[in-house]
This record gives sequence, C-alpha cells and structure tokens, in this order.
Amino acid sequence: MSETILSLDDVHVSFDSLNGKVHAVRGVSFDLHYGETLALVGESGSGKSVTCRSIIRLLSKNASIDDGSILYEGKNILAKSQREMRSIRGKEISIIFQDPMTSLNPTMRVSKQIALPMIHHLHLSKHEAMKRAIELLKRVGIPNSEVRYKDYPHQFSGGQRQRIVIAIALACNPKLLIADEPTTALDVTIQAQIIELMKDIQKKNGTSIIFITHDLGVVAKVADRVAVMYAGKIVEIGTAEEIFYLPQHPYTWGLLQSVPTADEADEELYAIPGAPPDLIHPSKGDAFYSRNPYALEADRYYEPPYFQLSPTHFAATWLLDERAPKVEPPPSIQRRYATFYKKHGGKP
Amino acid sequence: MSDQNVLLQVKGLKKFFSREQKGEIRAVNNINFDIVEGETLGLVGESGCGKTTTGRCIVKLYHPTNGEIIFDGKDIARIRSKRDQLEFCRNVQMIFQDPYASLDPKKKVQDIIGEGIDVHHLAKSREDRNHQIRGLLATVGLNPEHAGRYPHEFSGGQRQRIGIARALAVKPKLIVCDEPISALDVSIQAQVVNLLKKLQKERNLTYLFIAHDLSMVKYISDRIAVMYRGVIVELGDTDELYHYPIHRYTKSLLSAIPHADPYKEINRSRIIYQFHEGDLNGELHEIGKGHFVLSQDNQVEAYKEQLKNEKKN
Ligand SMILES: Nc1ncnc2c1ncn2[C@@H]1O[C@H](COP(=O)(O)OP(=O)(O)OP(=O)(O)O)[C@@H](O)[C@H]1O
Ligand SMILES: Nc1ncnc2c1ncn2[C@@H]1O[C@H](COP(=O)(O)OP(=O)(O)OP(=O)(O)O)[C@@H](O)[C@H]1O
Ligand SMILES: [Mg+2]
Ligand SMILES: [Mg+2]
Repeated sequence: MSETILSLDDVHVSFDSLNGKVHAVRGVSFDLHYGETLALVGESGSGKSVTCRSIIRLLSKNASIDDGSILYEGKNILAKSQREMRSIRGKEISIIFQDPMTSLNPTMRVSKQIALPMIHHLHLSKHEAMKRAIELLKRVGIPNSEVRYKDYPHQFSGGQRQRIVIAIALACNPKLLIADEPTTALDVTIQAQIIELMKDIQKKNGTSIIFITHDLGVVAKVADRVAVMYAGKIVEIGTAEEIFYLPQHPYTWGLLQSVPTADEADEELYAIPGAPPDLIHPSKGDAFYSRNPYALEADRYYEPPYFQLSPTHFAATWLLDERAPKVEPPPSIQRRYATFYKKHGGKP
Repeated sequence: MSDQNVLLQVKGLKKFFSREQKGEIRAVNNINFDIVEGETLGLVGESGCGKTTTGRCIVKLYHPTNGEIIFDGKDIARIRSKRDQLEFCRNVQMIFQDPYASLDPKKKVQDIIGEGIDVHHLAKSREDRNHQIRGLLATVGLNPEHAGRYPHEFSGGQRQRIGIARALAVKPKLIVCDEPISALDVSIQAQVVNLLKKLQKERNLTYLFIAHDLSMVKYISDRIAVMYRGVIVELGDTDELYHYPIHRYTKSLLSAIPHADPYKEINRSRIIYQFHEGDLNGELHEIGKGHFVLSQDNQVEAYKEQLKNEKKN
C-alpha cells in the first residue's frame, strides 16, 4: 500500500583481498517503504554493514558493486557521481556507522561536528545551528550539554560518542536513516530513550529507517519488518510478527534460540555450532548447510530459492519444498508458533 | 567465599578529569569492591557512569586521583621495576570497548595477537608461535586461515574477537572485559560467553565483566555491581540482584531490558528513574547476605525491611 523509498535488487558486492575475492554480499533484494522500520539482523560478518554502505556508496577502495540495482526514490544510486552522492548523504540519507570513533573527527569540538551539516545542508546561521546542536545533544541524553558541547570526542565515554554520532545523523531530518548498531554501546535505559527519540522523529517526519542490530529485544521493539542475513544473503524476511512467531529458516531458529531467556538456570547458552562460511569460495549449495542440524541433501548442492509464505513473508530453505520431509522445529520455536496461533486462531 | 583468595581489591577509587573551563568531571567517585580469584564480577550501569574509567585504572592506563588498587596482594601504584611492570601487564589484560580503535590498522592479525607472545617470550619457536596464534583464532571462532589479514578486512564483530584472542594470548590471571560482546550477534555472544566461562574453569581466570546487556551479564557473572554517576549503588549475587533489586536505579535498569517478543514489547512499560540531589549520598550497607545498597545510615533499616518483604511475596 505504502510507496517505496528504497529498492535493492539482486545486489552483489565483493572485496579484493590478498587471499582472493571476498563475496560479502551475494544477491540482496528488499524494498523499504516510507515511514517504515526494517531491521537487519544476522551473523557477524554476514554483510549487513556492507549492504548499508553500498546504499550510500561509501565502500572501501578495494570494494566493487558487481551487480544489481539500488533505487532511491526511483533514481539509480549506482549511476550517481560521488559529488551528487555527497549532497544526498547527510541531508536526505543519514547513516550512523557501527564504529562511532571512526565517524567523529578527533580534532573538532563535537558541537561543531553537529552544526556543520545543518549550516551546509539546511543553510542555518552559525548561531542557529549551534543552538540546535546543543538541543540535540540534550535530546540524545548527554548530561550538562550546555557545558559539554565544547568538548572533544575523546573526552566522552563510548556510549556518549555513540550518542553524538546519532545527534549528527538526526541533525538534518533525513528521509532515510540507516542506523548500524546505533544503540549497541548504550545501556538499556539510554537505549530505550534513543529508540523513543527515533520513533518520535519517525512519526513526525515520516522517516524510513534501516536498523541493524544484534539485539533481538531491540528488534522486537522497533521493527515493522525484519530481514535475516546469513553469508551475504537474506535467508528470511517478513513482518516482525512473522519472524518472531512463525520463523521458517533454521538459521532464524538458531538465532532465536540463542537469546537468553529470563529464568533459565546456568546451563550453557545455545550457540549455533560450527564456524562462519568462507566468503572467498562460497559453497554452491546453501551456505548454512554445514552448520544446519536440519540440512537436507539438497542443501548441499543447490541453493534454495525463496519460498513465499504470505504476501510479506519469504524464506530460502529447502525445508519448505513440498518434497521435503516434515521436520519438527526445536521446542522453543514451536512454543513461538503456539503463541501466534493462540493469538490469531488457526492451525496449531 | 571467605577462604578464597581475593585477587583484586579496589579501595576508595576516584578518578577525576579536569577540563579547560568549568571544573572537573568526577568519572569515578569513591568506589570499593573485591574480586575473588576465579570469580566474575559484572559491572553494569548507565552509559558514561565510569565503567571504562574504572577498568582503565585497574590495568594502569589511568592514574587514579585517589584510592588504592591491590592486585595479588600488591598495590599496583607501587610497581616500579620494569620486570614487575611487565609481569603485571601479562597478568592483567583488558579487552577494549571500541574494537576498531584498539587494533593497529597497519598490523596483520597474526602480529596483533603475536605481540604479547613475543614481548613475554611465550613461544618456543616460530612454529610454536604460529601454532598458538592459529589455536587462539579458532578458539574465538575465527578462521585460522585469516591470520594474514588486516583488521579492516573484518566485520565489527570479527574485530572484537581479535581483541579477545589478543588478551588470551598471554595467559593472564585477570581480564577486564570492557563490553566484549556487545558488537556480536546473539549466537556468537553465546559462543563467546560459553568460551569465557570454559576458559575460566580451565585456567581459573578472573573477570571484571563490564557490560550493559543485562541478560548476558547475568549468565556470566557470579556477582554484579551496578554503577550510577561514578558511584556503586548496589552490589550483590547475580540471582539475588535480578530477583530482588532494591535501589531505584537498579529497578529502572532491569525494567528497560527489551524482550525478544514483540507481543510483550507493545504493552510493556519501563520504570523511569528520576535522579534527585542527595541520591548518591551515603555508602554501601549490607542489607541482606552479600547484598549491598548505597544508603545513608537512617535508610538501612527500611531497605532491610523492604528486602525481607519482597522475598516473602
Ligand atoms: N574492506 C574489506 N576487505 C575485505 N573484506 C571485507 C572488507 N570489509 C568487510 N569485509 C568482509 O565482508 C564481510 C561482511 O562484512 P560486514 O561488515 O558487512 O559484516 P556485518 O554483517 O556488518 O557484521 P558485524 O555484525 O560483525 O558488524 C565480512 O566477512 C568481512 O570480513
Ligand atoms: N579522557 C577523558 N577526559 C575527560 N572526560 C572523560 C574522559 N574519559 C571519560 N570521561 C568522562 O568520564 C565519564 C565516565 O566515562 P567512562 O568512559 O568511564 O564511562 P562508561 O561507564 O564506560 O560509559 P559507556 O557505557 O558509555 O562506555 C563520562 O562522563 C565521560 O564523559
Ligand atoms: Mg557490521
Ligand atoms: Mg565504556
């Protein structure tokens, strides 16, 4: 129903390295709607950050976007010059990078770093921009912002730097906000405060958000839809409800099982067995094959296509093929299914 | 616990930073705690409350403004000779919060991890060195074949694991883990937490585990200290603290943990802590066995009563 602000179609990104070509993103497709929050979750190294950096064309020198298309408001991002990209970045599309220190200038006062994009893109006066910078620092929860705005990045704690980066990203009221682990360095109370702030701004301005996080609790709180990545691909995508209560891909099952629940004893935490896949020589079948307790013979040789489960829910696993044997998901996942059917009725 | 060996004692630790104008920042303002050998103490609290500063004082990256830190019976401020300093560095390692900033971008991973092995002469030969490095990479869930790569070729979470491997390389007694898992996905968090626990058992390691993710902290910590604005407001056994938080800040912190359950998240509300002047007066008093709360003398009885009542219900 709602219109699309961003559309990725079969995007492939690779890096040249001494050891060979690293296929970091291998055919990622998704649409993002106006005013929507899409959470990107998945294994460390699965290509979440690289996917996001492709959208704003800020990849390292040894990277190339080999195939696919990225449309922002219908315009082809991949055909734009770096100059055109510079005027889009920071103004229409903002990104909060995963390593806050790398996106702050260590020799510039933080107030100036927040004010500059407002002077540049919104043509505010210096005085006006400075006033708003202090206001933003307050909104992201920096105590004594009237005094501390003059400090340099190294004078702040890890989480405070992260919040300064968030303030910079929000400064120009972007249409699209890409947030790469924005709250990872924050304690839960400030995290909650930042999420409330982002939601607030989203409601007011209709901002679209891509939210990368490892914290499935945060996903549950922010996401309209969720995409689960593994080895450079989206293995499952759906509404938050579908991913949390009707997950179909064994990797998604593994992720959900790893979440520590409130009242378990000190038994070992569930961790997905095995090592992450080799992205220099990706396997020809399903990349999750060797770690998948539910793997079928077919997974070894053939890449699973997307199976559609609802207008919004897709999963790439051969388990959904009609020829596949019926498998029982792990008990904690079955409990999630039960929660869903209890709420909506329908098959147990 | 009394017959166990106290490995680290922090007594009256203060660390203030002075600023160009407008006074000083009291990052750590008089904190006290012990860590027993083989134990994990979790240190949690608001961003900016002084956790990293505490950790950095313990590994001697900062000089405390005041107070004492005693490691293995020795006051670390009195370590003078080069040999003792070297030994201290080997025994007390830190895993840093910002994985990227703490790894030298011009060094290959094998040399980042190998540095400590070289400095402390822990390898018998070149081969032994390589063997150890490969073993460490495998231990932290990285591909040993990637030893020849540079830090920027890794994802955020992979870089964090390089930092863990580097700390483990010198076989320390105490590791200050500054948010070692926050950059990792849950499955790898689980792997690392299981790994840290396993290494602890095998090598009798002691951890100060700084974090803000309370659900993981709970798994790894024997005891937890909650900090707020440079002060410890509550300290106790993990289970006790989770079930019977007493200080208002601890309550608000626990109530803000998001659950991987959207149906619950929609309706859940959190307790918001309103800070009042004077909240941080007083000192830690024991209100139940091993359970300490920041309080003034005249508040202690009320807290004891409150804990008793909450345990009854
Ligand atoms: N500059 C580079 N050169 C070579 N390989 C790279 C480079 N940058 C990233 N990679 C590789 O690309 C893959 C995807 O990395 P990316 O940073 O997107 O992971 P991620 O999903 O964001 O992980 P994390 O959750 O750990 O941040 C990783 O395997 C990483 O090693
Ligand atoms: N080098 C410094 N100079 C001045 N102030 C500093 C310095 N380092 C830290 N601070 C300040 O001291 C306080 C405590 O910082 P610290 O890094 O210990 O916090 P933290 O508890 O680790 O927070 P986080 O969870 O965000 O990492 C903060 O207010 C911070 O701004
Ligand atoms: Mg990343
Ligand atoms: Mg810190």
